[in-house]
Amino acid sequence: MAGTVSRMNKGESSFQARSATRDPFWMRATILTLGLGFFAIFLLLPLVVVFAEAFRKGFETYWAALVDPDAQSAIRLTLIAAAIAVPMNLVFGVSAAWAIAKYNFPGKAFLTTLIDLPFSVSPVIAGLIYVLVFGAQGWFGSWLSDHDIKVIFAVPGIVLATVFVTFPFVARELIPLMEAQGSDEEEAAIVLGASGWQTFWRVTLPNIKWGLLYGVILCNARAMGEFGAVSVVSGHIRGQTNTMPLHVEILYNEYQFAAAFAVASLLALLALVTIAVKSLVEGLASRTSTREGGR
Amino acid sequence: MAGAYANRKVLPGFKLTLGFTVAYLSLIVLVPLTAVFLKTSVLTADQFWAQITAPRAMASYRLTFGASLLAAAINAVFGLMLAWALVRYSFPGRKIVDALIDLPFALPTAVAGISLTAIYAKNGWLGQFLEPLGIKIAFTPVGVLVALIFIGLPFVVRTVQPILEDLDTEYEEAAASLGASRWETLRRVVIPALFPALLTGFALAFARAVGEYGSVIFIAGNMPLISEITPLIIITKLEQYDYAGATAIASVMLVVSFVLLLVINLLQAWVARSGGKES
Amino acid sequence: MSIRVEGITKHFGQFAALSDVTLDFDKGKLVALLGPSGCGKTTLLRIIAGLETADHGRVLFDEEDATERHVRERQVGFVFQHYALFRHMSVFENVAFGLRVKPRKERPGEAEIRRRVMKLLDLVQLAWVADRSPLQLSGGQRQRIALARALAVEPQVLLLDEPFGALDAKVRKELRSWLRQLHDELHVTSIFVTHDQEEALELADEVVLMNRGRIEQIGSPTEVYTAPASAFVYGFLGSSNQLFGEVKDGYLDTLGARVALPTRETVPQRAAAFVRPHDLHIERGEGHGVPATVRRILTLGALARIELSAVQDSRAFEVELPLRDLSALALTQGETVRLVPTAMRLFPIEEAASP
Repeated sequence: MAGTVSRMNKGESSFQARSATRDPFWMRATILTLGLGFFAIFLLLPLVVVFAEAFRKGFETYWAALVDPDAQSAIRLTLIAAAIAVPMNLVFGVSAAWAIAKYNFPGKAFLTTLIDLPFSVSPVIAGLIYVLVFGAQGWFGSWLSDHDIKVIFAVPGIVLATVFVTFPFVARELIPLMEAQGSDEEEAAIVLGASGWQTFWRVTLPNIKWGLLYGVILCNARAMGEFGAVSVVSGHIRGQTNTMPLHVEILYNEYQFAAAFAVASLLALLALVTIAVKSLVEGLASRTSTREGGR
Repeated sequence: MAGAYANRKVLPGFKLTLGFTVAYLSLIVLVPLTAVFLKTSVLTADQFWAQITAPRAMASYRLTFGASLLAAAINAVFGLMLAWALVRYSFPGRKIVDALIDLPFALPTAVAGISLTAIYAKNGWLGQFLEPLGIKIAFTPVGVLVALIFIGLPFVVRTVQPILEDLDTEYEEAAASLGASRWETLRRVVIPALFPALLTGFALAFARAVGEYGSVIFIAGNMPLISEITPLIIITKLEQYDYAGATAIASVMLVVSFVLLLVINLLQAWVARSGGKES
Repeated sequence: MSIRVEGITKHFGQFAALSDVTLDFDKGKLVALLGPSGCGKTTLLRIIAGLETADHGRVLFDEEDATERHVRERQVGFVFQHYALFRHMSVFENVAFGLRVKPRKERPGEAEIRRRVMKLLDLVQLAWVADRSPLQLSGGQRQRIALARALAVEPQVLLLDEPFGALDAKVRKELRSWLRQLHDELHVTSIFVTHDQEEALELADEVVLMNRGRIEQIGSPTEVYTAPASAFVYGFLGSSNQLFGEVKDGYLDTLGARVALPTRETVPQRAAAFVRPHDLHIERGEGHGVPATVRRILTLGALARIELSAVQDSRAFEVELPLRDLSALALTQGETVRLVPTAMRLFPIEEAASP
């Protein structure tokens, strides 16, 4: 009997505790229906459609689209551009985060804002600025053509545009993380005799590794998927300056829908992996970065 | 007591990291950006004005800014609902929905563009049902709106969500204990607390939408004066080697971007002040 | 190692954290820097460690100028307020860190590191948590590990920033006596920062009282408690009642009454008298003293605390007396009595008004 009574009390009290902030049924129903319906139509459906369209004409068409030489060369170029842009932005991101999170200096707010710039500047403009500097009519255009160096409509231009569009990601991820962690552990390491590099490798890096990983993954996803900026500087030369997203565009405009979606499905897969890694990293980070008590 | 200049001496690397950061930003961002404004000086003021107020350009501003505003507003409403559902309710698949909210951040815009077109085209997944009802989405300004909704949604959800998570239910319980109805509690306690974040999310979604290119061009149809967005005008002019014209339009967009960046910064400071924890 | 700071001044923007502080710390002593928050005590500690640089002044270690010496070369052990344990390393690795980052020539071998770390963990009685993560430890355990880590590099000075600040009352008491024992064993010159007077008085050989970036008094715990050098020190150490008024012929005119001065010290004309609660007597009938009304009677173990308010302006007073005396007095709430100080300290009123 006693057991029953105490269980009833417990149930009742927890119901009361929640009831003050419990939304009425009609509200829950409305929010869930509208919110999830919106989610399903605007986010989930486009994702499903990519894969469904990719396999609509069967696996063989799908496979043929991927092993097509032009597709192969687009994949290669995308990988090359990302392989250059991501490490550059990794070094930049760590360096910027260290300077901004660990020190105060005049102009810090401006610098932080500047790092956000690619988020609000159209990718088309990101491409345009490099055309203006390196293009045939640009500042260095004649000098470059005299020396037979191609930047625009060539791989360097694609890399530059990719770097511009993706440089905030690592820094954006690390700055709040490093600001939240403070400098106590670094100071402790220095007091114990560690050098700057020892402090960074042994203390800072292990503490930011998950945030860093996520920043890199996100940076990579954007680098491989960038369309607007790369489109301006690439020149769309098949087999030479076509990246995967540009290849998708070409196939689509040629009404090779199944092939376009096949290549697109690789990029969608990349997006899914990115999101999965993010969820994983967030789980790990919240487990390992639990603040030491008493802050 | 964050000893500003003193800590510089204790933690090494200040000059190295700041120097590298500034040099990198100068090379990648600042120098090329100044090229835009220098290039526009090729044009006389009259020519510049004629370029940026040409009927096609004006129509594209109306579409770009109008659709972006509308998309951001729609996202503010539904994004708030989604954030609320994700934080306050439990339902099957909540974790997956939460993770997939980031999809537009991670999915290449071109992929989103062709996928949305395949959905809303005349014989598309949804288009085939909408067309008989007289609703045309793909290759109309509505298509632009749909694409901009897709890319903007996570901005609202991801700015509101953390604030909502930090918002202790104590405040709502306090309001309830003082006799407020659930609706009054939401209106007077919850919405005011979320408002700065919601506005920031709105601004972020708007800023992103204004510059968006990849996801829009496939579904827009790109008809001059009707469904042509401003970034596309820049590209078209570039393809015609009208660099000065492209740059003139670009400088208009850049100014808008800078203003938006400033507004977003102020909003974020507001969020940090009002939505942050009292510590 | 002895430490001397000379004419240290430090500003944070407009805020003067330290103004012209000169201090000597003798070898082997355990010294407390005591003061309210914002008094500059932590800044002084960080300047001694080399974690902060002073705007002016010098820091001397054993008579040698160490002002320009990098924190890395100062050989100080520093225990951070929130411990700053490396959260991704085991307890063992935390303690071993200082040894592992030594230049290759000076770095001890793996076996030697192991031996020394385990010895230190034995010293702080936590050898059994060597393989755990610091996140799994309690606050008191983290504190002891932070201490072991600081000691691993065999520092000449041990600096502790609010070492017990983040702990609950019971653990705080235990650790306090433990730290005292440890200090008696090791005899490393130690300086700790605290805002808790009880902690400072109980633990330290010497107490440095600081206020608004200046030193108010230096002395043994007994000295500073029994002979406070300033109104601030009197007010900061223990509770006190304050009477403001004019001094005339051995009496203090205050609150419309006269209070006989128990001491014949030379005093300023306008003075603030500080009286400890146990030095204030409750009397009835005619005589000198401040008329006050009994508001509340509280018993706390063997002591009783009476809260009163002055008849003239409701100023609050506090009297402490043994429970036995309370029953003899048979006080009732609302009764008017006289408050007569048996001991007091007088300070010029200007000084007392701005503690």
